[in-house]
Amino acid sequence: MSTAPAASPEAGARAPFGIERRLAIRAVVIAALLVFVLVPLPSLVGSDWLTTFSSTAIYAIVALGFGILYGRVGMISLGQVALLSVGVWIGARLAYGTGMPYPILLLATGALTCAVGTLVGLPSLRLSGLYLALITLMFAGATTIVLSVTDFPNGGGGFKGRSVTGALTTETPPVRRPSIAEGDVAFYRYIVIVAAIMFLLALIHVASKPGRAWASIRESEPAALAAGVNITFYKMWAFALASFMTGVAGCLFASQVGVPRVITFRTQDSLTLAATALIGGVFSLWGALVAAVFNQVLPFLFQAEWGIDTNFLLIIFGVGLLQVLLTAPGGLAQQFPRDVANLGRFVLRGIRSLRRPKGERP
Amino acid sequence: MIDVSGLTVRFSGITPIDDMSLVFPVGTCGLIGPNGAGKTTFFNVLSGFVKPVAGTITAFDQDLLKMADFRRARWGLRRTFQTEMAIEQLSVYDNVAMIHEHSGAKRSSRRSDVHTALEFVGLPIAPKTKVGVLNARERRLVELARAVVGEPRLVLLDEPAAGLPDEETAHLSQVIRKIPDAFGALTILVDHDMSLVSRCCATTAVLDFGKLIALGPTEEVLRDEQVIKAYLGTEEDVAPLDATEDE
Repeated sequence: MSTAPAASPEAGARAPFGIERRLAIRAVVIAALLVFVLVPLPSLVGSDWLTTFSSTAIYAIVALGFGILYGRVGMISLGQVALLSVGVWIGARLAYGTGMPYPILLLATGALTCAVGTLVGLPSLRLSGLYLALITLMFAGATTIVLSVTDFPNGGGGFKGRSVTGALTTETPPVRRPSIAEGDVAFYRYIVIVAAIMFLLALIHVASKPGRAWASIRESEPAALAAGVNITFYKMWAFALASFMTGVAGCLFASQVGVPRVITFRTQDSLTLAATALIGGVFSLWGALVAAVFNQVLPFLFQAEWGIDTNFLLIIFGVGLLQVLLTAPGGLAQQFPRDVANLGRFVLRGIRSLRRPKGERP
Repeated sequence: MIDVSGLTVRFSGITPIDDMSLVFPVGTCGLIGPNGAGKTTFFNVLSGFVKPVAGTITAFDQDLLKMADFRRARWGLRRTFQTEMAIEQLSVYDNVAMIHEHSGAKRSSRRSDVHTALEFVGLPIAPKTKVGVLNARERRLVELARAVVGEPRLVLLDEPAAGLPDEETAHLSQVIRKIPDAFGALTILVDHDMSLVSRCCATTAVLDFGKLIALGPTEEVLRDEQVIKAYLGTEEDVAPLDATEDE
C-alpha cells in the first residue's frame, strides 16, 4: 500500500525487489505467528483463554467470508453469523447422524452450508447496497426464529433425534471432535490449523483469476462485463466460497462447545460481525483476524476479566466503525502499519534533532 | 472491417442513434460529434449494453448483435470508458492479465503478452505496482494496455485523453496510432480533442443528433461545412435539451 508511485524507469526497476522482500518478510511473520499460537501459547494461558482463542480462530473464518464478499466483490451480507449457526446446526446433525471421519464431516458441513449460503446470495445478482443488506439481515432474523422454534440443537441419535430439555444424556453426548484432537488443547490446535487452511484458500482465490474478476466487478460492473467477466458466475462463486468457509467454521464451533445453544447466535451478532470486520479492514486478510479479536477477545476481557457489561462494546464498536469509515476506510489492518511507520519516522526525526548540536541549527 | 447498417436506438422518447449506416475500414477510425450525438451509445451497442430497435452490425463477417455481451470480449472486443476504470485494488500486471484471462488467448503466453502490452503503451512503472497509487496519465496507459492485450479485433476507445494535459496527449496519440499495425485490430476512437483525432485517424465519421453527417478522410471531414456547423451550432439548429447525453 505504501509503495510510492515510481516516477522514472529506474525507480520502476527497483520496485520489484522491494515487493519481493516485503513478501518474504510477510511470510516469515505469518509463519512465526502461526508457530507461536500453535506451540507455546496453549501452555501459557488458562483454559478459559484457550476457549476464547478457539472461538477467535473460528470467527476469523467467518469475518474472512464477510471480507471476501464485501471487500473483494462489494456485496454486503449481514447474515454471516446466521450462516455460521446454520453451519453449527448442519455440523451437529451430521455428527450425531453419521460416523464419517472428522475431516469429511467438515467438508460435508461446508458443502451443505455452501448450498444454503449461495441460495441466500442469489438476490445479489439483482440487488446491491442497502437492499442486499436488508435481505441478508432478514435471512439472519429468519434463521434465529427457525432455530429457536426447533429447539436447536436438540441433540440425539440420528438426524432427527430430539432432546427437548437440551440436557446431556448418554443418548445426547457432546458433538464429537476428531479422534486425533479430543482434548481442549489439541482441538484448539486443530481449529487454528483448519483456520490457517481457510486463510490459504482465500489467499489463493484472491491472488488468482477469481480474485481479479472480483476486483473488476467491485470497480465497475459494466467494465467487468466489457472485459468478458461472467458476473453471475463470479458473484455466486464468492458466495459459495464464503459460505463454505463459514460452514466449516460452524462445524468446528459445534465440536468446540460440545453443546451448541441457540442463545449463542443472535441476529444482532451478524451486524456486530460486519461492524468489527469493517473496523479490522475488509481489503486485507489480516483484517479478518483483527475483526475476530474484536469480536471474541474484547467481550471476554470485558466480562470475565474486568467485569464490565459486554453491551458497552456495542458503543465502542459503533464509535470505532465511525472512526474507521471517516478516517481509514482500509480498517485497522491498513491503518495500523501506517501509524506505526509514522510513529517510527517521528521518533527517528526526534532522535536526529536531539543528536544535532544546538549551534548548527539554522 | 465493421459494417453498420440501419442502426436505430430508441429510449423512451429520444432517439440517440437514428438509422445510422457506415463502414469502418481497417486502421484507426475516428468517431466525433457534439455532446449527445450518440457516440457513447454506439459503443454501448457494440458492447451489448444497449439493444438497438433496428439495424445490423457485421464485424469481421460475424453478426455482433447476436453475441451475448460477456462473450464479446472473448471474440476480441475491447473498450475503455470515458471515466477511467483501471482496477485500483489490483497491480498493473493483474489489471492487464485479468483481461487476458477472459480473452480466450492461450494461458501459456499470458506473461509475455501482458509485458508486450505494457511495453507497447510505454508505461514506465513496475508491473507489480498497485494501480491505486498511479496518476491519471499512468492509469490511462494501463487502460490502453488492457485494451490491446489478448488478440483484440475491435478496440473501442472512449475519450482516452479526457482530463489529460496536451503534452501527455501527444504520447497517447502515438500509441493509439500504432494499435492496428501492432495488434491487427480495428480501432475506433471517440474524442473531443480534434488534434488527437486528426493525428491518429485516417478515416473519421461525424455524428450529430444520432445521424451520420459525414464520413471520409479525416482532413476533409474536419473541413466539411456541415460538420463545422454541427460543432459551432447555428440559429435554426439549436440542440434540444432532452437530447443531451451524460457525456
